[in-house]
Amino acid sequence: MLRLPKFSYHRPASGAEAVRIVAAHGGEARYVAGGTDLYPNMKRRVQRPGHVVALSRCQDLRGMRGEARSGVTIGAMTTLSAIEHDPRLRAEYPGFVHAASVVSTPLLRNMGTIGGNLLLDTRCNYYDQSHEWRESIDFCKKCDGSTCWVAPSSPRCWAVQSSDTVPLLCAIDASVTLLGADGERRVPLRALYRDDGIDFVQKRHEELLTALHLPATNGWRASYRKLRRRGSFDFPVLGVGACLSMDGDRVAELDVRIGGAGSWPIPAQKTVEMLRGAVLRFDDAASDELIRAAAQEAYKPTRAMDNTDLDAHWRKKMAPVFVARAIRDCLPGAPPRRDVLG
Amino acid sequence: MGADAAGSGAPIERPEGRYLHGVPDADLKVVGKPWRKIDARARVTGQTRFADDLFAPRMAYCKLLRSTQAHARIVRIDASAAEAMEGVYAVLLGKDLPITFGILPVSQDEHTLCIDKVRFVGDPVAAVAAVDEDTAWEACRKIVVEYEALPLVTDVFTAAATDPEAPHEHRIHDYGRLGNFHRQENLEFGDLAQGFGESDLVREDFFFFEGNTHLPMEEHATLATFDPDGKLCVQSSTQTPHYLHRALAKVLAEHVPAHKIRVIACPNGGGFGGKSDPFSHEIAVAMLSIRTGRPVKVTLTREEVFYTHRGRHPVLMRSRIGVSRSGRIKALDFETHLDGGAYGSYGTASTFYTGALQCVTYHVENYWFRGARYFTNKAPCGPKRGHGTPQPRFALEVQMDKLAVELGLDPVRIRKDNLVPANSLTANWMRVGTMALGRCIDQVVAGSGFLDRWQKLPHGKGVGLACSSYLSGAGLPIYWNAMPHSGVQLKLDRSGLVTVFCGSTDIGQGSNSILAYVVGEVLGLDPQDLRIVTSDTDLTPVDLGSYSSRVTLMTGNAALQAAERARDLIAPHVADKLGVPRNRIGFAKGRVFDVSDPDQGMPFADAVQLAESKLGTIGTTGSYRPPKSPARYKGGGVGPSANYSFTAAVVEVDVDPETGIYTVPRIFVAHDIGRSINPCLVMGQVEGSVYMGLGEAMMEEMSYRSDRFGVHKIPSMLDYKSPTTMEMPELITWLVGDPDPNGPFGAKEAGQGPLLPIMPAVANAVFDAVGVRVDEVPITPEKVFEGIERARKGKEPRVGPTKTPHVDWPEARKVRTPWQGGTGLEVEREQEELAAARANGGASRERRGD
Ligand SMILES: Cc1cc2nc3c(=O)[nH]c(=O)nc-3n(C[C@H](O)[C@H](O)[C@H](O)COP(=O)(O)OP(=O)(O)OC[C@H]3O[C@@H](n4cnc5c(N)ncnc54)[C@H](O)[C@@H]3O)c2cc1C
Ligand code: SF4
Repeated sequence: MLRLPKFSYHRPASGAEAVRIVAAHGGEARYVAGGTDLYPNMKRRVQRPGHVVALSRCQDLRGMRGEARSGVTIGAMTTLSAIEHDPRLRAEYPGFVHAASVVSTPLLRNMGTIGGNLLLDTRCNYYDQSHEWRESIDFCKKCDGSTCWVAPSSPRCWAVQSSDTVPLLCAIDASVTLLGADGERRVPLRALYRDDGIDFVQKRHEELLTALHLPATNGWRASYRKLRRRGSFDFPVLGVGACLSMDGDRVAELDVRIGGAGSWPIPAQKTVEMLRGAVLRFDDAASDELIRAAAQEAYKPTRAMDNTDLDAHWRKKMAPVFVARAIRDCLPGAPPRRDVLG
Repeated sequence: MGADAAGSGAPIERPEGRYLHGVPDADLKVVGKPWRKIDARARVTGQTRFADDLFAPRMAYCKLLRSTQAHARIVRIDASAAEAMEGVYAVLLGKDLPITFGILPVSQDEHTLCIDKVRFVGDPVAAVAAVDEDTAWEACRKIVVEYEALPLVTDVFTAAATDPEAPHEHRIHDYGRLGNFHRQENLEFGDLAQGFGESDLVREDFFFFEGNTHLPMEEHATLATFDPDGKLCVQSSTQTPHYLHRALAKVLAEHVPAHKIRVIACPNGGGFGGKSDPFSHEIAVAMLSIRTGRPVKVTLTREEVFYTHRGRHPVLMRSRIGVSRSGRIKALDFETHLDGGAYGSYGTASTFYTGALQCVTYHVENYWFRGARYFTNKAPCGPKRGHGTPQPRFALEVQMDKLAVELGLDPVRIRKDNLVPANSLTANWMRVGTMALGRCIDQVVAGSGFLDRWQKLPHGKGVGLACSSYLSGAGLPIYWNAMPHSGVQLKLDRSGLVTVFCGSTDIGQGSNSILAYVVGEVLGLDPQDLRIVTSDTDLTPVDLGSYSSRVTLMTGNAALQAAERARDLIAPHVADKLGVPRNRIGFAKGRVFDVSDPDQGMPFADAVQLAESKLGTIGTTGSYRPPKSPARYKGGGVGPSANYSFTAAVVEVDVDPETGIYTVPRIFVAHDIGRSINPCLVMGQVEGSVYMGLGEAMMEEMSYRSDRFGVHKIPSMLDYKSPTTMEMPELITWLVGDPDPNGPFGAKEAGQGPLLPIMPAVANAVFDAVGVRVDEVPITPEKVFEGIERARKGKEPRVGPTKTPHVDWPEARKVRTPWQGGTGLEVEREQEELAAARANGGASRERRGD
């Protein structure tokens, strides 16, 4: 078994205290929620905090408030299992619940929190490797090295946005509260992420994510389509979140985000533009054709690279298919999602 | 009785005595019943002590430093900083253990730690013993190794193209054939030209079977203890304690003699062939214990298990087959190219296995096999469940499917028409005894409604059929010797306890339980009441190990002999006491009694006491050696077996034509087991095999970054994809067959054969569903999608290889088939033998092994 490096462990009782500790230690400290991302990264020596600040005792980061009509607030320490099994969320935010329920395995969802899922490190199979393995490739730009092996001539890192909930939450325009040394701010998720494999979140290091805010459910429907090898365990290697509101038969608003195929949830801008105002019906050949044509535009912005499971070219070709399916899922009359693949 | 009564005598080659295969089920009390495994409770309650669960006072922890280079010369190693670290007890380097080892006598090509060159990323270079794992790990980081890169070889084409005249360092090893060829074999049975000449249809197809690994849940671990009296004890997660014992004795010859080395195989948390070589880490901890005088333990990380590997060889194949209009196989010209990785391991045997069993299922009139194994700078390949036979089986079964379509036959018909008859010899001199493949096919075809669905399902849905065969134990041991392959000793205690001693190793398959069932049946005892002592080279007679599906058949036969002898020791004394004829004595329900009047008798313990008072201490032995094989040509040592199992499977697939993603809703499988000693354990083996085969079919692959340092791309359990319970289909299993005369109570193997038909059946089902031929394993969604796209563009809807490397094959060893009047020898040696016989005035036949 890989062993953890040595570190000091802190267990503050509130979010504010946690922020103080991290602020005091700067880059040397990191929060840990469920630890399902942080600890593996520490074992591989890609993250090496000397101070680990556990959020498990912070009661203020737990619980759910609000209601569907005005929006629901979920504490950052809420586990993915709790979300998956919450009857109200299941009834009112089925798309979000589905995205949370296809994260990894039941065991990991019991430990993993929504806060950790939103701040999950980007992934790359040159980076998610042991120290010894990375030594064999002389390390890479994201950690300890200077070259990006995925695109050696590129100045940036292409590690992949790999959270299942992020594309969907961006599509529905959810937001989060960040607590920093000098107070709280609320940030829309669409503005939180950056297209960079290393510097992928726009927040200060000590800022603590305290809560997720789901918008009011006023008629929109959302869906998440996940591409992965197996029906369990696997990170998305393509994850499409879509949110649609209709005005009668016409598309009033649409947002589509492509995850797992770039360093951030990529907006499928062209697709959205082509369908705005279009007449769409479920199980209708003309609508399907329209959707397919628009979804084809998602091919280009999809940045599938050779650093995840499954062939990069095929993943890129799958983006339009998955985008079309996610949009179709949101049409009035579409059956609720149950499948775990695709 | 006589010598037999003393419990000694020659090893048996087939069961004898009371419990022949013909004994009716109704007469059996234990055999054929779903008894609990004798160690099941400990396993499921987490109390079984695996190697990593062992702790000893003053124990040191070992870590290995492994090569970061795929192919390089070691210019300098400086371990002084590591040695100087607080908490470090000893550092071992290659030069400390200069003697080579390897599982096969013909490839003693491994050093415990590399001395002057490294051959793959992960090759062990140094070993540290320290106060704890963290210190050992830190110390490894302080060892400075300077490498000088050598040319990288990561595929068979590059390996084949290695210029034989090139400087020495282009070669990965300086033995084997020229360049980076490890082996080149060329065997010809019958008259190929005539066979192809008589064929109405000849097809040539290329196939590729990607390498994959065993993925046992338990990572390898070893604890070595060198005691103050100069004795070494090595407890390890190994499937082959006897072979490990031999390797330790060889490498440590200067430090400790063979008879002072004790190897104990711990219960294995899965092996599948991945724990059947002697390994560097096992020898390193032994030496570190000798150095430090402390017990030293090593537990590999999952990543290290990927480097230890010895898994499925990637095999590139070309198969040219000639058939009559009605589908009869006239000639088969089969070529395999095995990407062996960095060391020999079992590779010589693996090479022969890629040609050994093609003719065991379908009658092939003329057969030509050529196989080459190459050295490459990747983790060494070796035996994985099915050892060398799943790859050609995949090719053959897909090719049969193609032939059926091309000839307008159905896949059932073409197979059934070609079945090898029971009790016959194949073109390559394999002796097939009982053979129920036809019944297996009938069962899965009827059970799945195959013929009503094949070519009739809606686009996207399909069914595929495939068959296989596997051996119940290799006919020859790994090193040439005439001794038994398996030995059993029984000790009978006055309490009525029977202790069974046997060198076999339980890797989860239930081999300890098999000993208890066999002895329990013969002596009329409850198997749960016996004491089973296994896999300890100090205490138990040799059994060669848990590989080649040999354990039930061989230990079962040895146990049967030992138990029958114990019965023969006891029965006369009970008969005398009861005053009845000896042949009326029965053993059942813990009693020994008069079968005509069962109330007349005594408890088993009393019977033992009675016999002990007459004879002294009661103990017996039994031993087994497989029957001699008629395949006497060089290379004929791989493939023969006491009997063969057969399997047929039907797989259903559901393909999404828009993506190529497919699922497998149901699998139907029928296995010819002869007679099950425990049907529940057989079912477990069959279903586990199907699961493992499905992983190979759908996703498993050892992939390397050939363009980037030759590193293994994904050495972790998350990224190396193996199916989860979500992928496991509904599985419908049947056990069929009649008891086989060579197996204990008629048993055949169960652990490997049922894996084989799954990969080709998936490929055939995908073809049925969407008309795409994926002539490659794994059959991934990308490949299915590529095939669909090719069809859309009007190209041949096939994905797979189109060529094999060029090889200058050595001249063929020609062997006449049984129906040509051959003798099982090469034509050349037939003549020599004839001449010698004439000179001697009589024929002398010697069995030869390879
Ligand atoms: C085998 C395996 C498979 C996985 N599969 C998936 C998958 O399919 N889909 C998927 O989305 N994820 C997957 N994951 C990743 C992970 O399990 C989940 O994303 C999980 O939700 C992470 O939450 P956590 O609480 O465990 O995070 P942690 O590991 O505790 O934290 C993750 C990161 O977020 C930071 N952090 C955590 N909470 C806060 C906070 N409140 N404020 C500020 N920073 C914070 C931590 O410092 C750390 O950098 C997988 C992980 C493993 C090991
Ligand atoms: S994308 Fe490049 S820099 Fe980023 S983690 Fe992968 S190899 Fe390293």
